[in-house]
Amino acid sequence: MARPPRDIVLVDAVRTPFGKSGGMYAETRADDLVVRVIRELLRRNPQLPPERIDEVAVAATTQIGDQGLTLGRAAGLLAGLPQSVPGYSIDRMCAGALTAVTTLSAGIGVGAYDVALAAGVEHMGRHPMGEGMDPNPRFLSERLIDPEALFMGKTAENLHDRFPSITKDRADAYALSSQERTAKAYANGLIQPDLVPMAVRSAELGWGLATVDEAPRPGTSLEGLGSLKTPFRPQGRVTAGNSSGINDGATGALLMAGEVADELGIAPKLRLVSYAFAGVEPEVMGFGPVPSTEKALAKAGLTINDIGAFEINEAFAVQVLAFLEHYGIADDDSRVNPFGGAIAVGHPLASSGIRLMAYLARAFELNPQVQYGITTMCIGLGMGGTVIWENPNFEGVTR
Amino acid sequence: MSATDTTQAEFSEVITHAHCRAIDMPGGTGRVALITLDNGFDHTKPNTFGPGGLASLDAAIDAALAEPGLVAVALTGKPFIFAVGADLTGVPQLTTRDEALQIGRLGHRVFRRLGELPVPTFAFINGAAMGGGLEIALHCTYRTVSSGAAAISLPECFLGLIPGWGGTYLLPNLIGPADAIKVIIDNPASQNRQLKPRDLVSLGIADTILEPADFIEESLRWTAGVLAGDIDVPRREIDRGDTWEAAVAGARAGLDARLHGAAPAPYRALDLIALARTATRDEAFAAEDDALTDLTFSNELRAGLYSFDLVQKRAKRPVGVPDKSLARPVTSVGIVGAGLMASQLALLFAQRLEVPIVMTDLDQARVDKGVAYAHGEIDKQQAKGRYNPDKANRLKALISGSTEKQAFAKADFVIEAVFENLAVKQQVFAEVEAVVSETCVLATNTSSLSVTAMASGLAHPERVVGFHFFNPVAVMPLLEIARAERTDDSTLATAFAVGKSLKKSCVLVKDAPAFVVNRLLTRFLGEVTAAMDEGTPFEVADHALDPLGLPMSPFTLLQLVGPAVALHVSETMNEAFPDRFGVSSNQRRIVESGATELLDWSTDSPRIAPAIESLLELGDSPSTGEQVRQRALDALAQEVRLMLDEGVVAEPQDIDLCMLLGAGWPFHLGGITPYLDRTGTSERVTGARFHAPGVASV
Repeated sequence: MARPPRDIVLVDAVRTPFGKSGGMYAETRADDLVVRVIRELLRRNPQLPPERIDEVAVAATTQIGDQGLTLGRAAGLLAGLPQSVPGYSIDRMCAGALTAVTTLSAGIGVGAYDVALAAGVEHMGRHPMGEGMDPNPRFLSERLIDPEALFMGKTAENLHDRFPSITKDRADAYALSSQERTAKAYANGLIQPDLVPMAVRSAELGWGLATVDEAPRPGTSLEGLGSLKTPFRPQGRVTAGNSSGINDGATGALLMAGEVADELGIAPKLRLVSYAFAGVEPEVMGFGPVPSTEKALAKAGLTINDIGAFEINEAFAVQVLAFLEHYGIADDDSRVNPFGGAIAVGHPLASSGIRLMAYLARAFELNPQVQYGITTMCIGLGMGGTVIWENPNFEGVTR
Repeated sequence: MSATDTTQAEFSEVITHAHCRAIDMPGGTGRVALITLDNGFDHTKPNTFGPGGLASLDAAIDAALAEPGLVAVALTGKPFIFAVGADLTGVPQLTTRDEALQIGRLGHRVFRRLGELPVPTFAFINGAAMGGGLEIALHCTYRTVSSGAAAISLPECFLGLIPGWGGTYLLPNLIGPADAIKVIIDNPASQNRQLKPRDLVSLGIADTILEPADFIEESLRWTAGVLAGDIDVPRREIDRGDTWEAAVAGARAGLDARLHGAAPAPYRALDLIALARTATRDEAFAAEDDALTDLTFSNELRAGLYSFDLVQKRAKRPVGVPDKSLARPVTSVGIVGAGLMASQLALLFAQRLEVPIVMTDLDQARVDKGVAYAHGEIDKQQAKGRYNPDKANRLKALISGSTEKQAFAKADFVIEAVFENLAVKQQVFAEVEAVVSETCVLATNTSSLSVTAMASGLAHPERVVGFHFFNPVAVMPLLEIARAERTDDSTLATAFAVGKSLKKSCVLVKDAPAFVVNRLLTRFLGEVTAAMDEGTPFEVADHALDPLGLPMSPFTLLQLVGPAVALHVSETMNEAFPDRFGVSSNQRRIVESGATELLDWSTDSPRIAPAIESLLELGDSPSTGEQVRQRALDALAQEVRLMLDEGVVAEPQDIDLCMLLGAGWPFHLGGITPYLDRTGTSERVTGARFHAPGVASV
């Protein structure tokens, strides 16, 4: 198997609890969410002298207002990182945090960085999807993209068209499972250790503390899901119940060269194997994870059969199912999103990639027999991104 | 609650609401009720407590106690503000002792609950915490403080009150009497000095200091640690024996030396701190209620509140000033002279305006000395860490000097600080006018000469304005801005804009001899000096004003001003108003002798220096201290009335503001006119009070 030129490890990944748009973070700034995550990463890893961080990359899809001002630098200053630590902002829509991780990893790989901090945030309550969007008229006049490509719900309906076997019932069943797995993971205390409690102010209620995700609906039933409207198409298949919501939240991860982690005495949670991004037709953007995973597997010299743990972002149930269908994996395979996913906890766009990594790290910890896992997600305007990780806890015979 | 009902009707309280929110702590600590104090406005209108706010807090505590599984109650504020104490806007409306007593009792009843709940209580001091705001935190079992919190104090004595919602009992029992005295009595007396967050920890008032970025979260985490027993919270050992008495006795001697009993509040506070050694909580709080009630109906408090209002509001929005839109931009400043005063001005202008400053003087050596002084001061401040090297370089580069007035060619504002002589100043302005633009403001730092006369020979007299600083320029907050006969609105507006940029409190005065502060101080010193010249013993004359609690005795003031300067001003005033301003022949002899040290400080209380004593020719009709005081106060009342009649300032409030900020006269006098009113002096001498009863008095 091919390896990067230098060992790259993720040593920690945390996040704020995810909120519902207009909910617990309604009066909280996006940059404050990121600042809290950065500070908590440093607190959890006291062996790391902050001045050894060589770079901070913070992802946000809408980079204006409290998500603007070169957030990677601004949040670093606000968080109290040494002034000598630089930072920048990054955007690949839903795969923002995932791209922050891959880009910083590449920098570690070539020796530009020893330690880097990746983060992602999206406060969709303060910055609704498409805020300030000004698409070039050539997109439509020259038919460069299908007009539906800019509306994620419509691309999900289009994906159902491409895979007629993925019915609304299958999507709803998958959504129910996401809710149930989330509730079970919470009950087993598998989510909470990586949540950063966030103070939330409300002029009406006073200060509170966000300690758990706001979006999950533990009592969800198939009947309830079946009764929901299909807002993107009459008699369509995509509903609020089998999609991720509109959410607020931030995530962050510490990356470093393996030798630096050893030097500092910090145990890695994930070891990078390969990554890849790939483009697809924008109007079926949910199919993106398939070609990106193919590419990443090829680079790693692995096949899908080598992958023992999957974290797929649940932008829409159909997009997960399209991936599983492509690889012949059962809808309810226990290796896939074992702790639920974005349908339950939410998908604050640019932040979600690191949540997937935190979940994968938990799966690796619980499954030392698994050697490889992936984090993958679909991306607006027709892309997919995949990172293949090796389990540092692996207790088997290395290939 | 009758107290709430009766008092709420009488003034409109901005109610600080107490919102109670249950938090299920991560890690299984249990349920904490977090109470947020928030009056619904931003930080520019801080949280205060009136009857409505206390009722809301009372209800929030009830709500907290109703939470099942409650393990702790925590209290914090809105962004940047914890709470700044009692809402004092209603004080003037209180008419009966019972009303005041009820407010004291209500505060105690609600606040003390936080110290007497079945669960521990935590105050998260996230921002400004003054007076009752800090006291409520003292009632809690534990306190965290944000390293970003600004303005933390118990300022009550500064105004004429005491920290009477538990402060005088809880603080000495928490940190000991000596430090409690520092916080409750000494700091308010030192320009109302505030505590820094780290002081709170070193004094033992706060148990831990946390950074502002995630102060609430980390306070809650700290709370969880304390509740779990993982965090130990050490407290000071308080020596409740003789040291307690000694601290109180030492403080009492200090108060006597400074105030001579003139202001009741710090004495009452000290009595209560003494009592706190042995009193039960009930006894101590009842004694605080009594003291609060007495002080509420003291003229000293009313004068203090009046003074506070002047300093906070009128000083920031001077009366009678042309609209600021008329002000011309000032991007370059000239200073005529390079002596000590001029150099201080150069430094101040460079620091505050951050525009190029040119000093001129007659020869290069003086110019170099002036520039070197200003640069040296910047170096000193850099050494203290106030400036980084870049900033120091920037400021120093702004200050240059020249022997040619041509250097003022680009100046928008030129101020002269040359020898106090009209002809010299006229000559200076004529030379400056020859090189500057037609709109360049010409300002004079004269303390007693006529600004109008100074402008008289100029082509553009409308650009001349009086700009009178007080020494030391960097410290004294007052700037008297004098409008001369021909000064136009644009010039005046520019002068006020510059004054504001210099961070001075500006008062508009007429171009009248010695403006406000020097005129009143000269009149006042003139009377005391005259009494001594007539044969009153020095000790009697110098202590005659002790009952006012002035910042220094008359002859100490004379020494500070300098006998030569004082003589010069009294001569100018004598010329202007010969019937009221005399010139002491003794003072003239002292100045002519070249002696500069009037006083001998080798004993506890200053005596006249022996070298001076031999110069004095004293009369044989001594006055008593009482007579000297009466004479001085009568003279002040007469002079203030005349100044108002002449239109030197718009209102008595401006006189008082000048005396508070320019002479450092105390809040408990209200500057001076409230004191003249309440002693009956103004009515007896001038036939009328300066203020209606109730404005600055009970």
